[in-house]
Amino acid sequence: MVSSSLEELSITADVLIVGGGMAGAWAAVSAAQAGARVVLADKGYCGTSGVTAAAGPGHWWVPPDPPTARDAVVANRVAAGLGLGEAEWMYRILDQTWRTLPTLAPSYKFGVDDEGRVNYRAVRGPEYMRALRQHVLNHGVTILDHSPVIELLARADGSIGGARGQRRQDGGRAYRIEAGAVVLAAGGTSFLSHLLGSRTNTGDGYLMAAEAGAELSGMEFTAAYTIAPAHSTMTRSMAYAFATYSDADGNELDLPFGPDQTVRLARALQRGPVYCLLDRLPDDIKVRLHTISPNVPLVFDRWGVDPYRDRFEVTLHNDGTIRGIGGVRVHDLDCATSVPGLFVAGDNASREKVAGAISGGGNVNSAWALSSGTFAGRAAARVARGTKARLTELRPLGRAGLRPRGLPKAVDVASARDVVRAQMHPFDKNLFRTEKGLTESARVLEDLWREVANHGQDGSIALRETAALLATARWSVATAAARKESRGLHRREDYPARDPQLAGRLLSSGLDQVRVALDRPSASVRPDQLEAVS
Amino acid sequence: MIELIVAERCTDCGACIEVCPANVLDRGGDGLPILARVEDCQTCFMCELYCRADAIYVAPDCDRRVSVSREDVLASGRLGQYRKHSGWDEWAEQFPNEQWLMETVFRRAGEAAARPKAQQPDIAGRK
Repeated sequence: MVSSSLEELSITADVLIVGGGMAGAWAAVSAAQAGARVVLADKGYCGTSGVTAAAGPGHWWVPPDPPTARDAVVANRVAAGLGLGEAEWMYRILDQTWRTLPTLAPSYKFGVDDEGRVNYRAVRGPEYMRALRQHVLNHGVTILDHSPVIELLARADGSIGGARGQRRQDGGRAYRIEAGAVVLAAGGTSFLSHLLGSRTNTGDGYLMAAEAGAELSGMEFTAAYTIAPAHSTMTRSMAYAFATYSDADGNELDLPFGPDQTVRLARALQRGPVYCLLDRLPDDIKVRLHTISPNVPLVFDRWGVDPYRDRFEVTLHNDGTIRGIGGVRVHDLDCATSVPGLFVAGDNASREKVAGAISGGGNVNSAWALSSGTFAGRAAARVARGTKARLTELRPLGRAGLRPRGLPKAVDVASARDVVRAQMHPFDKNLFRTEKGLTESARVLEDLWREVANHGQDGSIALRETAALLATARWSVATAAARKESRGLHRREDYPARDPQLAGRLLSSGLDQVRVALDRPSASVRPDQLEAVS
Repeated sequence: MIELIVAERCTDCGACIEVCPANVLDRGGDGLPILARVEDCQTCFMCELYCRADAIYVAPDCDRRVSVSREDVLASGRLGQYRKHSGWDEWAEQFPNEQWLMETVFRRAGEAAARPKAQQPDIAGRK
């Protein structure tokens, strides 16, 4: 570990929440309401870190009355989810979101529409997260900012009883939290794309969960991309619903607004630069854009570009498991994992149950973050109450980047990160997938994993993040290789159709050896057909 | 990336150091924040939002450094622009939260594109 003259800080709690974005904050509130003493540790600052803080999330928000309204949206979503969504879970998160979101009103001023009605479903990210931080503090939760969790701690029986980390604005001081139960809400990962607000989302929770023995689900669904002005992070896509596109020679490109727009844009970008004009945005929206999405006009304004009259270059940023849907497998209705004492929420958890095989977009993902956090926090508090044996020794579980299997040697973190980016961002590798491309990616990632896992030791936050990015990339590539069909966000150029035998979830697990298996194997699929390429 | 902190406006409150999710800033010897790890900046503009003194300028460019002139930035009126349009702190009454209009925009776009409703869920509410 980074050396520090300061003694390790020792803390005890009933529930530890890892991550302070939307899901972690709601989990902390829920656990505290259930009577637990709660500590929330955020890698950055609870209130600004994570993808919600810089965005403007809409929530999946359907009034309970008339009941047919929810039936209709759930039926649509089940159909759109291509066999991977579950109606029961969709009703649950609609109900939880409906009941919980308005409880933030004392801390957040919800918008009022032109007819004077309060709008709960759409919130502005910065204010929302600032209010959530206040809401968390109002519930007596202890927040540790700038305190990345490095590894989980297990009891003798394998259950999770805490975590260790570093306080990076306190001289890198090590800390250790002993807790009755732990909720992982550390976010997903964009594999260090420039998706707005995703820089600290490096998949840390996935690695820690896997080290504890949990499995992941839906890791092949990492092929979501979002448009942004080239060289910017501004992946807020509302205005692009009205965009017109052209190539370098000024010829208009046919990229109609709709489900295929991103794929068509990616194909166009493979041929050359693409330019955009927001000229068709209705005039009444243009004049209010700065109060609808205040950060969107900043980019154009500071570049001296009038997006309604001047063409500007656009790109696509990979959304990984943030607008993608993979994550730690949710084991039961409490958002428990298969590891006792360990819960997951938000982007750290697989969202297939509510999103199916397509992106949850903003609204389903937000409803999921809020409600999975609420479920997990409440259940973790209950488990913590039943945990008596606190005197047991705790065993640290961290491996890659912390405790090498072989001789320690220096690992070039910057170039390792570039390798992950180079496998997870290019369209020909991660959006238009092929057997050949996936095999090559697996080989490259496998070589790098061996180097990091066998030799990486400095224990720096950067090296652990790199190990998490790499582990996440390996699960994604191996699972994508096993799904020999195209379904939702997962697209195989060599298997363009859907295969009814694969109409289920794929679980991935393992660190030294990645394994992929069908969650509910159908009789016609032999287990060895799904062995991972690595 | 964060490119400039206007020293004469900075009140040394430390908010930017505290709220930066990527831990880009350090407290300098004279108390003023310094850009210690600009390469980690994720261009989220959060430091600008939390700077009550309107002393910080973040360039939109996330993958390259750009040179920024203090005089130009001061003259441009862009310092504090994000905070103002967000209705942050003292601007709360002047600039209403109109985030709710986003869904209307998507709906109108959907209608304009005249696509079947079944194809809408993936695009209906992007973050």
